[in-house]
Amino acid sequence: MNILEFTLLVAMGSFVAGLLGALTGLGGGVVLVPLLTIFFKVDIRYAIGASLVSVIATSSGAAAAYVKEGFSNIRIGMFLEIATTLGALSGAFLAAFVSTKDLAIIFGLVLLYSAYLSRKPRPREQRNLPPDPLATKLKMNGSFPSEEGGLRQYNVQSVPTGFGLMFGAGALSGLLGIGSGAVKVLAMDQAMKIPFKVSTTTSNFMIGVTAAASAGVYLNRGYVDPGLAMPVMLGVLAGSLFGARILMQAETKILRLVFSLVIVTLGVQMIYKGLTGTI
Amino acid sequence: MTRNWDDHRIEEIVGNLLRAGVMLSAVVVLAGGLIYLAQQGLSSAHYAVFRGEPSDLRGLRGIVRGVFTLDARSIIQLGLVLLIATPVARVAFSIWGFAEEHDRMYMIFTGVVLVILLYSLLGSGSAF
Repeated sequence: MNILEFTLLVAMGSFVAGLLGALTGLGGGVVLVPLLTIFFKVDIRYAIGASLVSVIATSSGAAAAYVKEGFSNIRIGMFLEIATTLGALSGAFLAAFVSTKDLAIIFGLVLLYSAYLSRKPRPREQRNLPPDPLATKLKMNGSFPSEEGGLRQYNVQSVPTGFGLMFGAGALSGLLGIGSGAVKVLAMDQAMKIPFKVSTTTSNFMIGVTAAASAGVYLNRGYVDPGLAMPVMLGVLAGSLFGARILMQAETKILRLVFSLVIVTLGVQMIYKGLTGTI
Repeated sequence: MTRNWDDHRIEEIVGNLLRAGVMLSAVVVLAGGLIYLAQQGLSSAHYAVFRGEPSDLRGLRGIVRGVFTLDARSIIQLGLVLLIATPVARVAFSIWGFAEEHDRMYMIFTGVVLVILLYSLLGSGSAF
């Protein structure tokens, strides 16, 4: 395969990943690395470097649209970014010492877990919780435009647990080159009791900063190849922008199911390849 | 509710900043990509074996030197550096935003995030 064919095929695959990621809200980054390593036989370290760069592109592109709606909370985001960026640095440094086989196995497990998270029904949202002293001190409580009209107030809970989970999300992002949006939403929505809409938009806002923290390390280490990152970044960006545009008309329920099945299949393949050492 | 209004205005500027950064980097990457394909499109692809990038493509100084000689891979890499710099610029801008709101605590938090990001870009290797 010559570079032209390779570039076009990778760009098309990345476009589909970005499109599905935007339509299902699961993020395209999570399928990029398996796509590149399993189908294009790219070394996993190059794949992670390219994926990380495209995660910044989609997060920053989407965040511009979200902030206008007034859902995201920049104080929560900024405070938790201390945890995610520290985690991302640790993950990126750790990546140099983990063998490619182990990377593939960890990646597979994360894929299976995110598919599980996406299928699990969300517990009923708890409203009108009492203000937590630490969250109040950190000025995290806020309000957002609710479906019933008007502003709905919310009080943030368990800041230390959320901070810890965010460190973990950052470490996974730095180690595997993914956005870890699922873990970020889990930390905010389940642990900190932040309304789901605020959690998802704030998480998207944070992903770019988190990925930038580890992308610097990857670039310095020579894991970011321009010839590979070019079609991946442009493809994912175009796919996710197109996805965000057609989101309203799309039948996302079936798409989410299909995409979860794809994620499970890729997860099993990554684990198998890691265990047999064929990565 | 002035605080919310200020927050919202800052977020809107931040949103536009992010979009502009991404678009600029995409244009640079695409330009470099087209030159790259025109020059090397017919050679064979080689990503199965990990070699690591040459040191010129790992840091800003080498990348800029390459851009001046119109090296296609350096131009793409410059676009990617711009992309990585976009969220960093967002964080730097937020410090100013919190200063406008006289929020000392969040200026410090944002400063910490900025230091971590700059460390990753500048301190973690030979780069810049």
